[in-house]
Amino acid sequence: MVYLKNIFTMAFIGTALFLSSCGNGGQNNVIEDEIDDSINEEEMVVNNLDKAKQVFYSLPSPIETAMLMKRAGAKYNEEFLNSIENLPNYTTTKSMALNLGVYSADLSFASMFDQSQASIKYLTSTKKLAENLGILNAVEQSTVKRMEGNVNNRDSLMEIISETLMNSNSFLKENDRAEVAALILTGGWIEGLYIATKIAKSTSSNKELVNRIIDQRLSLKTLNSLLEEYKDDENIASIYEDLQKISALYEKVEVTTSKIETEEVEGKSTVLKSNSQVSITDEVFDNICATVDEVRNNITK
Amino acid sequence: MKNIFRTLALFSILAFIPLSGHAQCKSFAKKVCKLELLPYVHDGIYNATVLSEGETVELFKTFYSGQEYRLSVCGDEKLPPIEFQVLDADKNVLYDNKDNNFAKSWDFTLEASQMLVISIQVQTSDELSDEIAEGCVSVLVGFLNVEDSFDQY
Repeated sequence: MVYLKNIFTMAFIGTALFLSSCGNGGQNNVIEDEIDDSINEEEMVVNNLDKAKQVFYSLPSPIETAMLMKRAGAKYNEEFLNSIENLPNYTTTKSMALNLGVYSADLSFASMFDQSQASIKYLTSTKKLAENLGILNAVEQSTVKRMEGNVNNRDSLMEIISETLMNSNSFLKENDRAEVAALILTGGWIEGLYIATKIAKSTSSNKELVNRIIDQRLSLKTLNSLLEEYKDDENIASIYEDLQKISALYEKVEVTTSKIETEEVEGKSTVLKSNSQVSITDEVFDNICATVDEVRNNITK
Repeated sequence: MKNIFRTLALFSILAFIPLSGHAQCKSFAKKVCKLELLPYVHDGIYNATVLSEGETVELFKTFYSGQEYRLSVCGDEKLPPIEFQVLDADKNVLYDNKDNNFAKSWDFTLEASQMLVISIQVQTSDELSDEIAEGCVSVLVGFLNVEDSFDQY
C-alpha cells in the first residue's frame, strides 16, 4: 500500500513539474500568477495588470531576404549557394540546424529567380536535414511532388516554401526546441547576408544592394536578442560569439534616421515616412563582407 | 498492479495535454490567421501563443523600406477583442487597431527600414465571471510578391 502511495505521489509530482516546464515554452515570462478558485473580483483585476509579458523576436525569413535581394537588382549565381554535396558533412544538431537555415535561404533564392531544378534540389536537401533533426512533416513527400508540378509558378513555390518554414519552426517551438529553431533562423540569416555581399562585391552598380546589407544591422540586433536567451546552450554560444564580431563592424556604420510620420491614404497602405542617412567607409564594408564570408564558411564546411 | 497501470496511464494523459493545446495554436495560425494575410505571401515565421484576458505579448521585427507589408493579428473566438499597437523604437504609437474597430490586419510600407515593435494585448471581458478566458493568439507577417524593383525614396 505504501509502495502504491509512493508511485502515486511521484506521478503527481512528475506531472506537476512537466506541466510547469511546458508552460514556459522558452519565452520570457516575467511574472506568472496562479489564479485561485476563491479569488475575488478585485484581486482578479490586480492580477490581470500583473500578467506575464511574452516577447517574440522575429527575423526576416529566407523568403523575404530573397525577395529583397531580387528587388534590389541582384542577379542569380549558383556558385554563391552552398553545394548540396556538403549535405553528408552535417551530422551534429548544430551543423544540421544551421545548414537547414542555409539551404532554406538557397532554396528561396533559387525559387525567387525561377531556377526550377535548383529549387527541387534544395527542397530535397532541406527535407533530408529536417528529417535528420527529427522535425516531423516539415517537408512531406507530397510537397516535393507539388513543387515539381509548380516549377513555373513562383507564387506557388513561395507558398510551398513559406509552409515548409512554418512547419519547421512551429514544430520546434511547440516541442520545446526553440533553440534549434533559433539556429535554423541564424543559418538562414547568415546565408542571405553572405549571398548579398557576394553579389554586391561582384556587381558594379550595387547601391541598393549595399543599402540592404547595411539594413541588416537592424535585424542583427533582433537576432542577438533572440540568441541571448539561449547563449548558455553550447550549440548557440560559438555562433553568438561570431555574430558579435559582425555586430562590432556594423557599429562603425553611421546612420541617422528621422522620426516616423504616418501618412494614411484611404483604400491604400499606410506609409511610414522617415529619412535615413547612411555613411559607411569602403574599409568597413569590406570588413563586413570578409567577416560574413568567414562565419558562413565555418558553418557550411 | 492494476492501480499502478491506471496511475501511469493517467500521468501519460495529463502529461500530453499541454502539447495538444499548443498544437491547436499552430493549426489556428495556419487555418485562421494565415487567411487574413491573403493575397500577401506569409514570410513563413510562426508566432503564436496561448494568452488569457489582460495578457500582453510583444514582437520585435525589422521591416524594410519599399516592401509592402500586411500584419495580421488574430485571437481565438473565445477571447475578448485583441488590441495591437505598432510602435517605433522610441515607443511612439504609429498605429492602434482600437481606433479601427479592432481590425485584424494592417497594410503598410516604409520609406526607411526600421525595427518596429508590435504590442498585442488581450482586452479584459466586460462580463463578470470567475473564469478567465484563454486562447490562441497569433501574429503573422506577409509581403507582396512583386517583380518590380524598389521605388527610390
